[in-house]
Amino acid sequence: MQMHHQHPAAMSRRRFAALMAGLGAALAALFMLSFVLGRYDVPLAQVGRILLSRVIPLEQTWSSGMQAVVLSIRLPRIVLAMLVGACLSLAGTAYQSVFNNPMAAPDILGASSGACFGAALAILLGFGKGGTTALAFAMSMATVALVFIIGKRTRGARTVGILLAGVMVSSLFSSATSYLKLIADPGDELPAITYWLMGSLASARGSDVRFALIPMALGALPLLLMRWQINLLTLSEEEAESMGVNTVLLRALVILCATLLTAASVAASGMIGWVGLVIPHLCRKLTGSDCRRLLPASAVMGALFLLLVDNVSRNLAATEIPIGILTAFVGAPFFIFLMTRKEHVW
Amino acid sequence: MVKLECRSVSFTYGQRPILRDVSFDLKGGEFLSVLGPNGVGKSTLFRCILGRLKDFSGEILSEGTDVRALSRREAARRIAYIPQIHQPTFEFSVLDTVLMGTTRQLASPFSQPKKEQTDAALAALERLGIASLKDRSFAQLSGGEQQLVLVARALSQRSDVLIMDEPTSALDYGNQLRILRLVRELADEGYAVLLSTHNPQHALTYATRILALSGGQVAALGTPDEALTPELVKTLYGVDAVFEQTEYGRVIAPKKVF
Repeated sequence: MQMHHQHPAAMSRRRFAALMAGLGAALAALFMLSFVLGRYDVPLAQVGRILLSRVIPLEQTWSSGMQAVVLSIRLPRIVLAMLVGACLSLAGTAYQSVFNNPMAAPDILGASSGACFGAALAILLGFGKGGTTALAFAMSMATVALVFIIGKRTRGARTVGILLAGVMVSSLFSSATSYLKLIADPGDELPAITYWLMGSLASARGSDVRFALIPMALGALPLLLMRWQINLLTLSEEEAESMGVNTVLLRALVILCATLLTAASVAASGMIGWVGLVIPHLCRKLTGSDCRRLLPASAVMGALFLLLVDNVSRNLAATEIPIGILTAFVGAPFFIFLMTRKEHVW
Repeated sequence: MVKLECRSVSFTYGQRPILRDVSFDLKGGEFLSVLGPNGVGKSTLFRCILGRLKDFSGEILSEGTDVRALSRREAARRIAYIPQIHQPTFEFSVLDTVLMGTTRQLASPFSQPKKEQTDAALAALERLGIASLKDRSFAQLSGGEQQLVLVARALSQRSDVLIMDEPTSALDYGNQLRILRLVRELADEGYAVLLSTHNPQHALTYATRILALSGGQVAALGTPDEALTPELVKTLYGVDAVFEQTEYGRVIAPKKVF
């Protein structure tokens, strides 16, 4: 028998289980380590006890300062970093399949800049958190719809059409956001918008996590459940429909879920770019493009990645570096590396 | 048994008539080859049959039911479509590619293929003698292998009718003949096959019947021996040809070299 290089597309069940177990273990380890990192010292053993004390009664051997740092400051931030990382990666993976386009991602399709505009507008109008998420979602949906419609109307390859439309519409909404910054009150609204646009998890509170959790679950669960049929959306419309798939409905549902994930992430943490493009591609190298494996792997990898980057963001320099800046610093070169490798295939 | 029946199907795109009064039927065990020049409406006809175009006049019946009245899943149970090969954007293994054909058997969009579906996919690969390819990446196969995988995908769909839109056009000479031989075998096993081709020799050698379209109308319908004549080749393609009987069947030779 001829020997062939085992392609990730045909990864065995056991190897996938091993990969997920490895990623899960790495995430768990990083989760614990993240509590220790920071200017206020909390020993790892105490972190474990403080976390456990929420589930089972334990004798308090730690200071109330430690407890406040672990539970009220670091825990929400760590959880939000993982959630946003997982959601942006899931959204990117789903967008890529549904647009049958390896370059599709929340930032490139305009979903992020639309959400940013919506959220900046909400800050300007003095909306609360609920209003901010809702407006971010509405504008995000509008930009994706606009990009999709323009992309369909362009002549030539649809892949390129959608990308170009994404660049145009993104730029349009970025300018609109700049205008909002121009007219915002430089005393309070402008700093809020500016800082938030750079992307940051620094102000995460428990209530933020609980608030983001609902739209995130609403977006992620249907995607994970539909993971087999999403595969068929990468075929031509004709093929997928001839196999019994309602492509119009399925496509709309997937876009809706991915956009909800993007909007919820942007509303919770601002503009964090590159995660939704780089993590799906990294995972495609590991698992192939079958969404039954790719979606769960992307979610865990995304959580791991953003938690790692957030740790760097809050510990590297004396002042915190906004995480959106760091993801671009890491993401862009890494993507160039992926694209230019010799054996490059999506 | 009649699997598919077109009754006076006409389709107009804007002001332009594409199909005019096309009627034919297709039984199990038949390999009906559709011939006609570029742009004559072969693909349009297939789209009408597959339920993609619904605003045609006349009727297309699948086992007696209008195809427009079928749900997608029911249509997929009855009719499978095999496209021309094209390079996919994303990589899937051969097994996963074939497994996609079983999707119509799943209970809901939230269901995942189970062992039963995997077995159906493996059986289809086995039937075509390409089970050894199952763990390869579809994108990295040769054109001939890819086309075989797409046929296997259609077989895993377990429909009686196979519709193939120019499956040979992207293949080399040897693979063209191998695919056509295979399609003929499938028809002999009982599948009803509707296949379009640009090469009348393919229809002459492998089809059990031909349907020739000219100007959107049926120019000929019958067995290749009766219906495929030098006159028809002239009508369809504007080519003067002679038909020669050889030891291995009739061959079509163009008279003039262009």
